[in-house]
Amino acid sequence: MLKLFKRFRLREWLTVLCSLVLIVGQVWLDLTMPDYMSEITRLVQTPDSVMGDIWLAGGKMLLCALGSLVLSVMTGFLAARLAASFSMRLRQDIFDKVESFSMEEINRFSTASLITRTTNDVTQIQMLVAIGLQVIIKAPIMAVWAITKIRAKSWQWTAATFAAVALALLLIAVAVAFAMPKFKKIQSLTDNLNRVTRENLTGLRVIRAYNAEGYQEEKFQVANDELTGNNLSANRIMAMMMPGMNLIMNGLTLAIYWIGAFLIDGIAPTGQAAILERVDVFSNMVVFISYAMQVVMAFMMLVMIYILWPRVAVSCRRVLEVLETKPAIRDGSAQAGAPGVRGEVEFRDVSFRYPDAGGNVLEHVSFRAKQGQTVAFIGATGSGKSTLVNLVPRFYDATEGQILVDGVDVREYSQEALREKLGYVPQRAVLFSGTVASNVAYGREKATEAQVKRAVEIAQASDFVDAMGVGGPIAQGGANISGGQKQRLAIARAVCREPEIYIFDDSFSALDYRTDRVLRQTLKQETAGVTSLIVAQRIGTIRDADLILVLDDGKVVGQGTHRELLKSCEVYRQIALSQLSKEELEHA
Amino acid sequence: MHNMRHSHPGIHTQPVDMKSAWGKLLRFAKPWLPMGLTGLALAMVASIFALMGPDKLRDMSNTIQAGLLGALDMDAILRTGIFLVALYALSSLGHYIQNLLTTTFTQRVSQALRGSISRKINKVPLGYYNGVSFGDVLSRVTNDVDTIGQTLNQSLGGLVTAITMFLGSLIMMFVTNAAMAATAIVSTILGFGLMILMISRSQKFFVGQQRALGQLNGHVEEVYAGHNVVKAYNGEREAKDTFRKINKELYRCAWKSQFLSGLMQPLMGFVGNLGYVCVCVAGAVLVKNGKADFGTIVAFMVYVRQFTNPLSQMAQAATSLQSAAAASTRVFEFLEQPELSDESEKTQRLEPEQVRGDVEFSHVHFGYEPDRMIIHDFSAKARAGQKIAIVGPTGAGKTTLVNLLMRFYELNGGEIRVDGRNIADLTRENVHDLFCMVLQDTWLFEGTIRENIVYDKKGVTDEQVQAACKAVGLDHFIRTLPQGYDTQLNDRVNLSAGQKQLVTIARAMIENAPLLILDEATSSVDTRTEALVQAAMDKLTENRTSFVIAHRLSTIRNADLILVLKDGDIVESGSHQELLDTGGFYASLYNSQFEGTVA
Repeated sequence: MLKLFKRFRLREWLTVLCSLVLIVGQVWLDLTMPDYMSEITRLVQTPDSVMGDIWLAGGKMLLCALGSLVLSVMTGFLAARLAASFSMRLRQDIFDKVESFSMEEINRFSTASLITRTTNDVTQIQMLVAIGLQVIIKAPIMAVWAITKIRAKSWQWTAATFAAVALALLLIAVAVAFAMPKFKKIQSLTDNLNRVTRENLTGLRVIRAYNAEGYQEEKFQVANDELTGNNLSANRIMAMMMPGMNLIMNGLTLAIYWIGAFLIDGIAPTGQAAILERVDVFSNMVVFISYAMQVVMAFMMLVMIYILWPRVAVSCRRVLEVLETKPAIRDGSAQAGAPGVRGEVEFRDVSFRYPDAGGNVLEHVSFRAKQGQTVAFIGATGSGKSTLVNLVPRFYDATEGQILVDGVDVREYSQEALREKLGYVPQRAVLFSGTVASNVAYGREKATEAQVKRAVEIAQASDFVDAMGVGGPIAQGGANISGGQKQRLAIARAVCREPEIYIFDDSFSALDYRTDRVLRQTLKQETAGVTSLIVAQRIGTIRDADLILVLDDGKVVGQGTHRELLKSCEVYRQIALSQLSKEELEHA
Repeated sequence: MHNMRHSHPGIHTQPVDMKSAWGKLLRFAKPWLPMGLTGLALAMVASIFALMGPDKLRDMSNTIQAGLLGALDMDAILRTGIFLVALYALSSLGHYIQNLLTTTFTQRVSQALRGSISRKINKVPLGYYNGVSFGDVLSRVTNDVDTIGQTLNQSLGGLVTAITMFLGSLIMMFVTNAAMAATAIVSTILGFGLMILMISRSQKFFVGQQRALGQLNGHVEEVYAGHNVVKAYNGEREAKDTFRKINKELYRCAWKSQFLSGLMQPLMGFVGNLGYVCVCVAGAVLVKNGKADFGTIVAFMVYVRQFTNPLSQMAQAATSLQSAAAASTRVFEFLEQPELSDESEKTQRLEPEQVRGDVEFSHVHFGYEPDRMIIHDFSAKARAGQKIAIVGPTGAGKTTLVNLLMRFYELNGGEIRVDGRNIADLTRENVHDLFCMVLQDTWLFEGTIRENIVYDKKGVTDEQVQAACKAVGLDHFIRTLPQGYDTQLNDRVNLSAGQKQLVTIARAMIENAPLLILDEATSSVDTRTEALVQAAMDKLTENRTSFVIAHRLSTIRNADLILVLKDGDIVESGSHQELLDTGGFYASLYNSQFEGTVA
């Protein structure tokens, strides 16, 4: 937690210092007020006092109150500014950091967790800084100062005050000890309830088809009962907090009066001096109550922080985890490939293993794609096809071997220069909220409308894009268009970029045969000279590729053209047979 | 370049109908109302006890003062002291019991609300979910119910206490001394004018902050989720710029709302002090003139605090009650959605074991919206054991047919008959019993592999589960997992898309119903695994009428009946050969995959 505050800048430390001075002033004013209160009491008690003195004392006290208000407004202003600007910077730092992550780090943290860390966790920290700056500094000063002020008055009263503080702390300690574990559980139980509900919502059709509504509801009920039971016992413990506190405060007031009565009773009423002493004790008594309350309040404030702390500490740790992660992928400096080489991809004996995983996902893969060629990858689920093409844009780095783009190792490029050469279309189409145009021209802001339209046309997306217009809105995740439409826009995005190399990671499966075929044909005509790497499931998609790599369990078990592989590769033949009849195969 | 969403589900700009929202909530909470009301009554009693405190304290103060010049009446002080101890103890006890009652009340109501929503989820027609996001429904179960629970817990008891204290101290002040009461009220109202001004000013920034936070969330979500694309297209700079802009806006609203809301506390303190000084000075004047005693001032010092504190509590409660009303509006909006029709009067039933499996579509009319029919007068017959393939381009509405077969949606005209019986005459539950179904998006839940396969089916033996997994070629893989069939499926144990698909196929095998629906079931399984699955499927389709939505030629070619869909409507139907001979849409669709490759 303290580590996070090392990120404070000089200006922010100055702000803290400034607040400290303001708070000391505020505490001084707050503690001076009871003196005037005492004077008013004394003046009222003394029979021959002048009305003007009372007005004067009242005016001074009001001035103190006003001064205290002004100072706390200033502190509040500083605290709010500090908390907000610090958390703004923290959020930006986290976001920038995440943007520098490779897929490896993203997967390790999981997207959902990264989102919470960027927003919720920072909000938690922001709250603590804002409240903490005022309370954490103010409470101890207040407590100590108030105690030194009251100590001189009467040890009996002081003892009573300390007894009250001790009782209050005991009450809080008991409540915290019993309720804290329950409060900590609330979050995970709520998560659980959320999960069961989400499950029900995402599986609506299956649940109804299997008549399993009762099964789901039972599951929900278990989660619901568990959460309610936990909340009940937590809240029942907390139910005694406020009444208990009130009892202690009221008890303290009463005790001070009672003790006061004894003190006054103890001074024999003999002569003017004794009478004055009695009046003095009496006015002190009134003042003392204010001080005592300040002391108890100060301790209560500290306890509040103590209760807030664990949650914030967890948030801090989560934020730090992100900030301290070093991206596995380091940027190179090369801005261009070898002179005269364009659109060339070469794998040299590449092996890949996910971090912390036992076995290799890819083993000793070598091939070369020349400009304008189409290289396709086919194989069973989990055979490593997607992983293979993901190595080209450096979403991951190869564990062994080398990948060259335009004759230069991908690790030597600056990531930006490398990716400038690539048009990547992922398995699951990613669309951003915005417009058709903003999605197609993504990463290429200077694209003209004509370029966007051409890309849309090549990607066979004209039919629906014409209907909605290039300015037509796209909802988050492309929720307002169908899966096939999303995929075509994702392809249009790659086309619009005018890259040297296309990477299609199983991008055609969401399309029907006809669209698939027309799209690939148009692509070939319109963007000749662009190299394509295609991961596919359908033989039809790849049968005219210049080179096909058949992957099985990370190993290349066949390499060649469709015709060659039909003859030489058993795995390929099996795949082909499952999709096409004998005649169709021969017909080709 | 892309714009941000400008709406956020968490923000309600339209005024909330407080009355109807609370009315509904109260009606819902009826079974627990006696408990809640007892709690509120106790709150009032406890507050009245607390109110009597200062009055007694005044007695004590007066007794001491009276004795200042002579002997103190220690007996009287003792009596008052003991009385006060009893009073305080009773008041605290009352508050404690009240807290217990209200917390139980609110937790039970929240529990019941969540339960109702959960049950409702399964009773609302599927069509409802086309218009809402899951996140929205989810947020009603957790966020909205939580808001209701918390505000009920904190505000309701607090509000009653505050109102009692406010009115009580007002009365007590006037009873004690009218002139001083007037002073106290005038001075507090002055301060409160300021505070209300502040609250109304800060509201704007709070809304702004929530909106900016929502935008930030949306942006972060899509950028993180699309990390690979952002990276591949060098979109980081743009993403960071957008983030910076929203972050700045958030900062602007955050510090202002934080600052303004932080003002409340010191302002309250000042109002208290102001009232205090006014009371003291006015009291001093009165005491000087012999119109009041010193004890009155002491009592007023406490009354002023008791009078100002509830005011701020009431202001706070008012805002939180507002948000609870908004939350309850959202909850009841969902709970009041029309449900699927009641079918308890339906007595006809088809036993799955005795169904042959003849399915007939007869003059079917259907549209998702009543004014936009997409299926016009469709008729077709499938005999028991036949395989019906449903084909068509992306977005042609192939799942519509599944929706109709399963009665997820009701027809607008015509009938679908199983063994000659109109499925509309059967209960939905009975219809679902007749089908096993494998959907395109594999749905697995957190639980063991075995639980996922057995699901709701009763009396399934381990051997049956294993046999089903063997049939789909999953048995070997499952055995290699550390806990075998008892391996928990969650975020960490990741099955590949194909394996997930196989689990759902095994689930369908266990279900063992006479009719089968495969909704593009094998499209996310790779082709070699598919060959395996296909064999198992063929076994599964034996003696079953099956409806298969597929892109694959193998499934289409050997189908007994092919339904060709385009733009939601069924444009052609017949066998593979018949359709090829017709040379229509199907023929062009089918041939398209060979064109260009024959070179």
